[in-house]
Amino acid sequence: MHYLFEPGLLSSGPVRTALLVGAVVAITSGIIGVYTVIRGQSFAGHSLADVATTGGAGAFLVGINQFWGFLAAGVAAAGLMEAIGVQRRRGRDVATGVVLGAALGVAALFLYLGTLRTSTTGASFTVLFGSIFVISPDTVPALIASGVIAILTVSLLARVLLLTSLSPDLARGRGVNVRLVGAVYLIALAISVSLAAVAIGAVLSTALLIGPSATALRVTKSPVRAMAASAVTGLAATWLGIVLAYDSYYWPPYGHGWPVSFFVVALVLIGYLLTYVRRPRRLAPRSPHEGAECSPA
Amino acid sequence: MFSSLMMNTWITASIVAVIAGVTGFFAVLRGSTFAAHAIPNGAFAGAAGASLLGINVIWGLAVFAVGGALGIGALSSETRGRKARHDVVTALALVLMLGLGALFVSVSSQYAEETYALLFGEVFGVSQGEVLPIAGLGIAAAAAIGLAFRPLMLTSALPEVADARGVSTRRTELYFLVVMALATSMTVPVVGALLMFSLMIGPAAAARSVTARPGVAMALSVVIALATVWLSIALSYRTNWPLGFFVGVGGAVFYLVAQVRRAA
Repeated sequence: MHYLFEPGLLSSGPVRTALLVGAVVAITSGIIGVYTVIRGQSFAGHSLADVATTGGAGAFLVGINQFWGFLAAGVAAAGLMEAIGVQRRRGRDVATGVVLGAALGVAALFLYLGTLRTSTTGASFTVLFGSIFVISPDTVPALIASGVIAILTVSLLARVLLLTSLSPDLARGRGVNVRLVGAVYLIALAISVSLAAVAIGAVLSTALLIGPSATALRVTKSPVRAMAASAVTGLAATWLGIVLAYDSYYWPPYGHGWPVSFFVVALVLIGYLLTYVRRPRRLAPRSPHEGAECSPA
Repeated sequence: MFSSLMMNTWITASIVAVIAGVTGFFAVLRGSTFAAHAIPNGAFAGAAGASLLGINVIWGLAVFAVGGALGIGALSSETRGRKARHDVVTALALVLMLGLGALFVSVSSQYAEETYALLFGEVFGVSQGEVLPIAGLGIAAAAAIGLAFRPLMLTSALPEVADARGVSTRRTELYFLVVMALATSMTVPVVGALLMFSLMIGPAAAARSVTARPGVAMALSVVIALATVWLSIALSYRTNWPLGFFVGVGGAVFYLVAQVRRAA
C-alpha cells in the first residue's frame, strides 16, 4: 500500500475532508457537465466560474467564507447571462464575454483592496487556483447540501433538459417552457461551478465540469451511462490527484507540495486524450448517411 | 503622469490597444470569443514557467500562446463546424495550460506578486527594454492580419463562398488563432491575461453594434480600445487602483452604451 501513497494519508484530518469534498465536487460536476457539453455551454460554464472569482475575491475582502462568495456571484451571473440571452446562439458568446470581462475587472479591484487591507498576498492564488487542503470542516455540510440540491434539480429535470438541449422546437411544441428550463439549469450549473471553485479553484473548475463529461460522451452516447461514467472519471481524477499531491511533499522541491489542481487537471486531460487513442467505431462510417457527412464529396 | 518613466507605459499600452482592437474585431466577427479568452489565460502559464526558468517572460508567453492556439486548432479540426465540440476542446486546452500555470507558480512559490501582475496587469512596470519586442510583435501581428484581410473576412462572413473559392476555412482559422496568440503574448505583461480578453472583446463588440461596415467597425474598434486604455491608465495612475479594473469595466461600459444607442 505504501508504494501507492505515503503513510499517514488517511489519518490526516485535512486529507479526509479533502477526499470527501473532492468526491462531492467530482460527482456533481460530472453529472451537470454532461448537460453542459450536450447543450454546447462550455463557455458559459467557464464564464460562470470566472465570474465566481469576483465573488470569491469579494468574500476575501469582507472576510467571509469564499464558498458563499463563489455561490452568490455564480448565481447572480447565471441570472444576468440568462437576461442578456445566453440561450440564443447568435451573439451569446459576445454578451457572455462582455459580462465576463467586467466581472474580472471587479475581481482585480477586490483582490487589490483585500490585499491592501490584510497585507497578505496569497489570496489571489487561493481564489484562482483553490486549495482543497484548507477547507474548513464547518463548510462541509453546506458543500454537500449544495451538491445534492444541484444533482436533484438536474435529475428531476433530466428528461425535459435532454429534450430542450437536443431539440428546442420539439420541446416547445410539447408545451415545455424552454427558457425557464434553461434558467433553472444555469443556476444548477452555477452551484456546481462554485463547488468546484472551492476545491480546485475558480479558473480550473472547468476541468472537472467539461473534462470527464466530454470524455464520457466520446465513449458512450447514452446520457445516463455518460453521467455515470463522467462522475466516476471525475471522482477517480480528483482522488488520485489528492493522493499524488499528498505524496508530492516528498518530491523535489522538497518540503513543498505540488498543487492538487495541477494533478486533477492533468489526470482529467489524460483521460480525455485516451479516448482519441482507442476509438475503433469511428474508423468505419456506420451508415452511408454518416459517411457522407464526414467526407463531403 | 507624463514623466519619462511613464512614456514607456503610454507607448506600450497604445500599441497593445491598436492590436487588441484589430484582432478583437475578427474574434468577435468569427465568434472566437472563447478562444480569445483561452489563449491569453493559457499564456499566463507560460509566463509563470519562464519566470521559473529565469528567462524573459515574453518567450514563455509566446510559446504557450502559440502552442495553445495550435492545440485548439488541431484538436478541433476533427470536429469542424461543430461549435459545441470546438468549445469543449478550447476549454480543455485552457485548463491544461492553467493547471501547468498553477504548478509553476506553486513550485516557484515566491511569485505571488508577480502572479497577480501577470493575471491583472502591471502597466506601470514596463521597462525600456520591453518596449521594442512588444512593438516588433505588434507590427508583425498587424501585418499578418493585413495580409490575410480578405480570406479572413470571407471565411468569417460567407464560409460557403470561401469553400467554393478554395479558401480553406480550417487553415484560415488556425492562422487567425496563431496571430491572436502572437498578439496576446505581447499584451499579457502589460494589461494582464484576464483583462487582455476584455480589451479584445469589449471595444470590438461595441464597434460592431454601431456599424456593419467592416473597415469602419475595425477602425472604430481600435479607437474605442485606445480610449479605454488611455482613460484606464489615467484613472489607475490617479487612484492607484488596478488597471485591469478600469479596462474591464470600461470595455463593458462602451458595449452597453453602443447597445443602448442601437436600441434607442
